[in-house]
Amino acid sequence: MDKVILAKDVSLSYDSNQTIIKQATFSIESGSFVFVTGASGSGKSTLLKSLYGAIKPKQGSLIVGGVELNNVSKSKLNFLRRHLGIVFQDYKLIKEWTIEKNITMPLLINGYEKEVTLNQAESLLKHVRLKHQAGKYPMELSGGEQQRVAMARALSHNPILILADEPTGNLDEYSSQLIWNLLEGANTQLKTTVIVVTHHIPSTLNVDYKHYHIEYGEISEIN
Amino acid sequence: MKSIKNHLSLIVALISILFSIQVFIVVERSIDAYKENLAKNYSVVVVSEKRIANSEFLSIDGLINRVEELSPDNIINRLNTGMDQKNINLLKLTLPKFYKLYLTKFPTPKEITTLRKNLFSNPSISKIEDFSNNHDITYKLLVLFKGVILVFAIVVSIVTMLLILKELRIWQFKHSERMSIMGLFGAPTWLRSAVLFRLSIVDAIISSILIYLIFMYISTNRFVLQQFDNINIKVVIFDTLNDFFLLLGVSLVLSILLATMIVLGHKEEV
Ligand SMILES: Nc1ncnc2c1ncn2[C@@H]1O[C@H](COP(=O)(O)OP(=O)(O)OP(=O)(O)O)[C@@H](O)[C@H]1O
Ligand SMILES: [Mg+2]
Repeated sequence: MDKVILAKDVSLSYDSNQTIIKQATFSIESGSFVFVTGASGSGKSTLLKSLYGAIKPKQGSLIVGGVELNNVSKSKLNFLRRHLGIVFQDYKLIKEWTIEKNITMPLLINGYEKEVTLNQAESLLKHVRLKHQAGKYPMELSGGEQQRVAMARALSHNPILILADEPTGNLDEYSSQLIWNLLEGANTQLKTTVIVVTHHIPSTLNVDYKHYHIEYGEISEIN
Repeated sequence: MKSIKNHLSLIVALISILFSIQVFIVVERSIDAYKENLAKNYSVVVVSEKRIANSEFLSIDGLINRVEELSPDNIINRLNTGMDQKNINLLKLTLPKFYKLYLTKFPTPKEITTLRKNLFSNPSISKIEDFSNNHDITYKLLVLFKGVILVFAIVVSIVTMLLILKELRIWQFKHSERMSIMGLFGAPTWLRSAVLFRLSIVDAIISSILIYLIFMYISTNRFVLQQFDNINIKVVIFDTLNDFFLLLGVSLVLSILLATMIVLGHKEEV
């Protein structure tokens, strides 16, 4: 099987005195479902940042979707990012845009027709149970509702790889289940690779998954 | 509502700049019109022993626009206390010739000095009256007025530049978040900044149109027209074609410059 992610001896840090991730080596196959756990501050978000090229490895080599991220050009990185679906821990919704426009931003960036984006926005709003909030701005939504908008945005353009940072962190059980169903659907039906950072692995999941745990900067697989 | 607020701050800054530019243009035009008026009424009187042809005068100095020979009849009539026609004719022959010279423009004091020198190089000219006292005062007033307007324009430009700089910082803050997020989803720079450029171009057009409407109103306002009438000048307050495109150009350049500075100053966040 193809590897979506190939990491060899990857070290990550923000400044030179503190290494967040130490010499991580792992590979993730296309179409797999992966959970990443670890204590708060252990480096889960930092790991995801390296996967979408927001920080560069200090050491080692990192390849995502066939793109070598150590010395990637701006245009190549943009190309990769257009095929990723990211759910940020702090959502990163665009305040001055309606939730529909936020959801379809990846489609807009990928150059889709307006009609396609409108249809997609409507069906995704339905999927995350936010149809009644159509036309509103992110600030007019609750935290959990914003998180669902962020989830819908990550799914809108059928990405090859979904990177979700605690996508159910602010949700009740019912809404969490909704998110898990969406991620499971993308994985099983569209063969999308899914990497989810979470504190709590759901017991109701119907897919085989891998589980990585981060502790003291070391990444280890848990069987 | 939200979108109006987005536009308002830049539009207000642009309008204040455009307004002061147009006011400066109108003042410049008024001064020019006033000068022309003065030139029309201003003249130099020359006394000559011999008759001098018009063409000869015109070749003496380029400043001379038109020559009018003053008839001696007025003076003679005043002296005429029972002289017979024969004596009067004799007197007319011996009297020097008087000429009134109109100039092409309102001269500077230096230009008057040169004019005097050029005129005196003609040996038959014996006396020149240039009313220089009067002229000097008017000229100095005009120069002073122009200076005051220039200082005013500079102050307004500095203040609006500060306004724009403050705007720049607000914009940088407001747009950098969106630009970063779009970048995280792989939007190339041109697409990230497209919204910004569209916004600034729209704002530039809106503010030019508003300024157009404001000056259309001003140029038909009775009170304003009365003021120009009072000093007897005709001034084009807003030239629909030239002024509009000048102001539109200025506001487009300014707002696009602003947007470019924001795009260049934008830093990716981690
Ligand atoms: N932008 C940054 N600059 C400097 N240090 C940072 C930055 N972001 C995170 N860190 C540091 O990196 C470490 C790991 O942070 P990270 O956000 O990856 O943790 P996390 O595992 O996602 O935690 P949480 O579960 O609370 O989200 C922390 O000690 C944090 O202080
Ligand atoms: Mg985190």
